[in-house]
Amino acid sequence: MRWKTVEYTGWGRVLKARGEVARPERASALAATTSEEPAPAVGMLRSYGDACLNDAGRAIDMTRMDRILSFDPESGMVHVEAGCQIGQLLKVFVPKGWLPPVMPGTGFVTVGGGIAMDVHGKNHHGAGSFGQHVTEFTLMTKDGPKVVTPKKNASLFKATVGGLGQTGPILSAKFKMHRAKGDVIVVTERRVENWEEFLPLLDNSDATYSVGWIDATAKDEALGRGILEEAETGGGLVKPAKRGRKVPLDAPGFALSPTVVRTFNALYWRKVPTKGRTVVKPIDDFFFPLDKIHDWNKLYGKSGFHQFQCVVPIAEAGALREMVEKVAASGLASPLAVLKRMGPGRAGYMSFPMEGYTLALDFKKSHAAERLIRELEDMTVAASGRIYLAKDSLGRPENILGMYPEYKDWLKTVNKMDPDQAFETDLVRRLKLRDAT
Amino acid sequence: MSQTWIIVGATSTIARAFARQAAARGEGVLLAGRDMSELESIAADCGFRGAPFAEAIAFDAREPASFAPILERARGIKGTLSVAVFVGSMPDQEEIDAEPSLVDGTITDSFTGPAHLLTLLAPLLEERGHGTVAGVGSVAGDRGRLGNYVYGASKAGFHAYLSGLRNRLGRSGVHVITVKPGTVDTAMTWGMEKLPFVAQPEKIASDILRAADRKKDIIYTPAIWWPIMTIIRSIPERIFKKMEI
Ligand SMILES: Cc1cc2nc3c(=O)[nH]c(=O)nc-3n(C[C@H](O)[C@H](O)[C@H](O)COP(=O)(O)OP(=O)(O)OC[C@H]3O[C@@H](n4cnc5c(N)ncnc54)[C@H](O)[C@@H]3O)c2cc1C
Ligand SMILES: NC(=O)c1ccc[n+]([C@@H]2O[C@H](COP(=O)([O-])OP(=O)(O)OC[C@H]3O[C@@H](n4cnc5c(N)ncnc54)[C@H](OP(=O)(O)O)[C@@H]3O)[C@@H](O)[C@H]2O)c1
Repeated sequence: MRWKTVEYTGWGRVLKARGEVARPERASALAATTSEEPAPAVGMLRSYGDACLNDAGRAIDMTRMDRILSFDPESGMVHVEAGCQIGQLLKVFVPKGWLPPVMPGTGFVTVGGGIAMDVHGKNHHGAGSFGQHVTEFTLMTKDGPKVVTPKKNASLFKATVGGLGQTGPILSAKFKMHRAKGDVIVVTERRVENWEEFLPLLDNSDATYSVGWIDATAKDEALGRGILEEAETGGGLVKPAKRGRKVPLDAPGFALSPTVVRTFNALYWRKVPTKGRTVVKPIDDFFFPLDKIHDWNKLYGKSGFHQFQCVVPIAEAGALREMVEKVAASGLASPLAVLKRMGPGRAGYMSFPMEGYTLALDFKKSHAAERLIRELEDMTVAASGRIYLAKDSLGRPENILGMYPEYKDWLKTVNKMDPDQAFETDLVRRLKLRDAT
Repeated sequence: MSQTWIIVGATSTIARAFARQAAARGEGVLLAGRDMSELESIAADCGFRGAPFAEAIAFDAREPASFAPILERARGIKGTLSVAVFVGSMPDQEEIDAEPSLVDGTITDSFTGPAHLLTLLAPLLEERGHGTVAGVGSVAGDRGRLGNYVYGASKAGFHAYLSGLRNRLGRSGVHVITVKPGTVDTAMTWGMEKLPFVAQPEKIASDILRAADRKKDIIYTPAIWWPIMTIIRSIPERIFKKMEI
């Protein structure tokens, strides 16, 4: 296999790696690399922190292994290579009346990355996590491809789904698509006045897809105000949106300054009329709202940004409110703040979801923001919540391990599959995930 | 009328992007190459992306015995038949210098093999009286350079062949395009250092399809390579022979 030395980062661009990367384009090439020179697999590098980095080591870029291998139009069962992107699948299958069962907030996520993080979407409360839809995947092992199903290889399945790539490269996966009623999505947007109003609305929503945007700069009576979006797929005539605006260079530091953010958030909140409204959108506009602007992460400037995402149990909603209060008081929040009701669905030992509320916030990198995120992390621990490792770049091992009760089961299987620790990534080392025995 | 592309060297990175785009346009693909299991996957993928016909067939540029079955299979395909040739290999010049017998294989893969196959297919294309032949050469064929002149020579030979083929097939309504890509981000170039103006394979693929629609004769893709190569070609040999580019 040929290796290329590259510098790369996760989506947040705060943490960086330099190392050799191979990019196999077919299964036989991946097999050769895995048996002779094993290294962690990475996808589209849409994890924010260091989950997809292996500084001073090697990595296998899976993005060129992106074929759709089979599809059964009766059952919706699809078999794809792991480098296949969720957004591509949406594009190919919506005209046939199907869509991926779970879609994260960007379409530029590979199926392999989706499994390794057991990703969730706007339908998590009903449909569960991505891994729950996977009926089979093929792992590339030293001895060649190994087919894994949740029944026959329960522990290997659970150690791989949400397993941070530590059981080795996923070559391909099978999962069942969902029926789409049409090629558009009907979205009902509702203005929400404050936190107290938000939670019951999320709890009582019976829409297939629902997500809350909150204005993390609003304080006092307006604390936690935002917009609730609820959506269903439908048929109709809406032209697809034009793709592909790029943020060419690193934006200047003031692009997302506190004043700009505050003003933007207020305007954004008011764009939805007080009575609410229902709009029909192209399907990808709703699921992947930012994908039209390529490289939007550069808006945060050269030094990058952090995302903090936690989930806390229902009973700890008060703790989440305190977090929002703290963030609002800090004046550090960005426009991207998402609040969602999660169901209990998860498929792996290290999967993030738990029944409760999840909050995701972006912060431009600064010392103050890093201090704030550490405080939010402590509050998450106190609330028996969990930090999402796909977003994390600041977590501390003593906090993180306790959040994942099945951690030991994961470790046992992972160490069996990868005794030489060849698949370790920067995140795994930073959080000392494989140090214990 | 429906169009089917015979894609020669279909496992190539650029060819895969091309096959996908042709499929999305509703065109058929006959995928010819060495790695059958890989070709089957590509065929399946093209099918889901809109190709009404997608099939794999064995082809090895160094095995002329594999050529006739392709002609036979093509005969059975109705509608417009077009051919796109992507096969080629580029061993390091240093490896060739150390092992001169590599010259033959390099020239077979990029030039004489595909030329033999195209010559075999030509009468069928003439009979159909329409369609396109897109042959992928390279900017490396525009001038022999220190770094890869055996590869360059095979591409130069292929360019001359395509030019003659254009002259011949044009008379019966079949259009021939010479495609000269610059550096492309593919398996062939992965790991090579300091490549200028690297393009994505999707760009080359869409340029070829557009050239076919517009009946272009020779294209540089991306277009920036036309002025670059115009300059490089105009450097007097007595200066060029001392250069390292
Ligand atoms: C704008 C944006 C919105 C997002 N929204 C959501 C959301 O709503 N819900 C959600 O859950 N997540 C969300 N994410 C996070 C994202 O879904 C995950 O980080 C996902 O894992 C990224 O996939 P990737 O292909 O980029 O993988 P990478 O980030 O490259 O890798 C992620 C992990 O997967 C492993 N991996 C990748 N491919 C393979 C493979 N083939 N075999 C084995 N291991 C592999 C890597 O080793 C690494 O541990 C969002 C990210 C962005 C940038
Ligand atoms: N990448 C660039 O920068 C660049 C620039 C200019 C021109 N080109 C040309 O573009 C074309 C496609 O190359 P690529 O960049 O996509 O590289 P690639 O992925 O390495 O493709 C090369 C292809 O040629 C096939 N091949 C080699 N020898 C063969 C043989 N004897 N019989 C049958 N098939 C054979 C390979 O088949 P296997 O899969 O069986 O090995 C592979 O499909 C080539 O002609 C190349 O010269 C490339």
